[in-house]
Amino acid sequence: MTDATLSAPPQVTSTTPLIAADGVPLKQKLARTTRRMKMRALFLTLPLVLFLIVSFVLPIGQMLYRSVHNPTGSNVMPNFAVQIENWDGQGLPSDDIIETFVKDMAAARKNREVGKTIGNLATRVNYEIPGSRSLFTKTARRADKITEGPYMAALIEIDKKWDNPNLWLTLQRVTKDFTISFYLAATDRKFDEAGSIVRADELYRIYLPILWKTIWLSALITALCFIIAYPVSYLLSTLPLRTSNLLMILVLLPFWTSLLVRTSAWIAMLQTEGIINNVFVYLGFIDDNQRIQMIYNMTGTVIAMVHILLPFMILPLFSVMKTIPPSYMRAARSMGASGTYSFRKVYFPQTVPGIAAGTLLVFILAIGYYITPALVGGNDGLLISNLIADHIKKTLNWSLGAALGTILLVVVLIFYWLYNKLVGVDNLKFG
Amino acid sequence: MSMSQRMKTPGFIGLLVATVIFFLFTRSLAGTFGFIVIFGIPYFAMSELPPYATIQEKVGKYAFLSLCTLIFIFLILPILVIIPLSFNAEPYFTFTEGMMALDPNAYSVRWYADIVRFGMTAPDAVEGWWSDMWNNATWVRAMRNSFFYALLSTLLATGFGTLAALGLSRPEMPFRSAITSLLISPMIVPLVITATGMFFFYSQKNTFPFFPDGLVNRDIGIILAHATLGVPFVIITVTATLTGFDRSLIRASQGLGASGWTTFVKVIMPLIIPGMISGALFAFITSLDEVVAVIFLADVDQRTIPRQMFSGLREQISPTILAVATILVLMSIALLTAVELLRRRSERLRGLSPG
Repeated sequence: MTDATLSAPPQVTSTTPLIAADGVPLKQKLARTTRRMKMRALFLTLPLVLFLIVSFVLPIGQMLYRSVHNPTGSNVMPNFAVQIENWDGQGLPSDDIIETFVKDMAAARKNREVGKTIGNLATRVNYEIPGSRSLFTKTARRADKITEGPYMAALIEIDKKWDNPNLWLTLQRVTKDFTISFYLAATDRKFDEAGSIVRADELYRIYLPILWKTIWLSALITALCFIIAYPVSYLLSTLPLRTSNLLMILVLLPFWTSLLVRTSAWIAMLQTEGIINNVFVYLGFIDDNQRIQMIYNMTGTVIAMVHILLPFMILPLFSVMKTIPPSYMRAARSMGASGTYSFRKVYFPQTVPGIAAGTLLVFILAIGYYITPALVGGNDGLLISNLIADHIKKTLNWSLGAALGTILLVVVLIFYWLYNKLVGVDNLKFG
Repeated sequence: MSMSQRMKTPGFIGLLVATVIFFLFTRSLAGTFGFIVIFGIPYFAMSELPPYATIQEKVGKYAFLSLCTLIFIFLILPILVIIPLSFNAEPYFTFTEGMMALDPNAYSVRWYADIVRFGMTAPDAVEGWWSDMWNNATWVRAMRNSFFYALLSTLLATGFGTLAALGLSRPEMPFRSAITSLLISPMIVPLVITATGMFFFYSQKNTFPFFPDGLVNRDIGIILAHATLGVPFVIITVTATLTGFDRSLIRASQGLGASGWTTFVKVIMPLIIPGMISGALFAFITSLDEVVAVIFLADVDQRTIPRQMFSGLREQISPTILAVATILVLMSIALLTAVELLRRRSERLRGLSPG
């Protein structure tokens, strides 16, 4: 300030702005430069942001869209879809609407285009009313023989089920392009006959239990990782640099080793004829004919996943513990605190940032795990990801897979947000 | 305390007595060896405790070190165990009695030979053996695919990622935390979700220029997917190199009249190149190890090594997988060494530590 007042002409007071050489106020010029520098920094990230939008954000958006958008009904029966939309839902639809239905059916039966066949529609309705598939294929076969009204009577002639108003209510729902029925299915709910939302029958409740199981298994894996990682990280952080670097290799080598390699290693270790069972038999802990089943079940999934995710816990814990000066503990001890007391009151609170980083990261990674449960999980070690993959690759119920995926994504994003709040993404480091 | 001094302490004698008792109790050499490893290593690792340490503290420290030894064994044993198993002469995933007795006939390299022979039309032919191997052997083709995808996706991820990291580490970067969260998210979002989205998005017809049939079952789809998954690793390592980067070096270079490009090539580049290379290695190994996207996006012709291992583990478990795994372990040791050396070089360059 003193420099400015000295060199400036005397008429400049604190109220008139400082002027740069080209007559622009200094403040404005500074703002312009800052803006230009901001733009330049932003510009550097732009290629990657655009790349990720195309290769990552849009695909995920597509998945979200697919979970609510299923145009099968209107694709297969375009005219019927338009007509039934305005039906008031009382009794049976009028014969005009049924006429379009029969004509659309007959047309769809000749259609061979993927996504527009009777089979597609039958599958779609089958999601809503299990066991109704044959009704559609049977009716479609005879639809072109119905040439004149009353159409309703002709349909009932083919199958009595057409007499049911609830079936037409379901059809009205199915021919709408946007639906929440896949979210209902993903949370073990459904539309009942009258169109209100109820819980699915006990036997068909599979997705919520699996989701809960995924969450508590991930919590268990995270807790185990924490219990195992804490002492090791403490040891690594207190050892002299040379020794800790050497021992760090034992942590980093698994981290760098292929996931598939580690999973196959655990198959070799845990199977009934595997190394651990052999050692137990050899040492006489168990009999040869009562080997423990440790793989292709939940135990296998937990053990293998703890091993695979352990480095993600050790590394953040270690990097926090390294910064805690050992003199703090010594000070606490010298002032008369017992070992456990000083650990609890002095050391542990300082490691909390590392604990937050490690547990959140491990939990986030565990909750979406696919490969290891698929290979060593058997039936009861499967997680939600495996169900999603099954719906995409095997049963081809893409909308349900997408809805399950969206639910999982929301759970993960909540924890990611928490991670960002508590730890900050910029603090992620490897090695 | 020197080694010979330490051997005369009561602790050492106690350890010796305990080992003998353990041996007499179990009558097993292997068990005793395990006992020595778990309790002996901590003994020699016990650093000097202060003379005022109580007996509880000594016992506590001993127990702590034993626990840590067990954990390190847990970490490393599964990886080491596959190496001898891959030399099994029998088609099993377990140690045979002959292997335990170190019988040379129980060991063989047949599974290594199987890597190149499996899938060949005429594995015993002399004429055209090499081209047959190169074009038909299942694992060789998987390896070619793996390296092709890994190289291209690493190039993409490193190029885009380094640029973005340079932007992100500028002090004037706007929306830094939002953009960082976006760029890191491919690592956080479950692979199944990413792969599902890509499967839907890439299988659209008439959307992508040059690829009217969509990008699924084509090399380009997998390369894009792997590049996406590699990006967070490049961002994290390069920004880590750039923290503590002395920005006055840039101003000094500009003050001496260097253009922006010269400054980048002569000043910034040499300092961030270790971070760039380790980021690239991370991206490379991510792509090399990735299965889920390949399962969703690839056809049989695009099978990679991990994809081949995945179906091998599901369908016919054969020690060939262990032979491949051993090679992969050796490769990860090489990569780990490279990254470690790079990290030290980078720290030295930035004057952080002498290590």
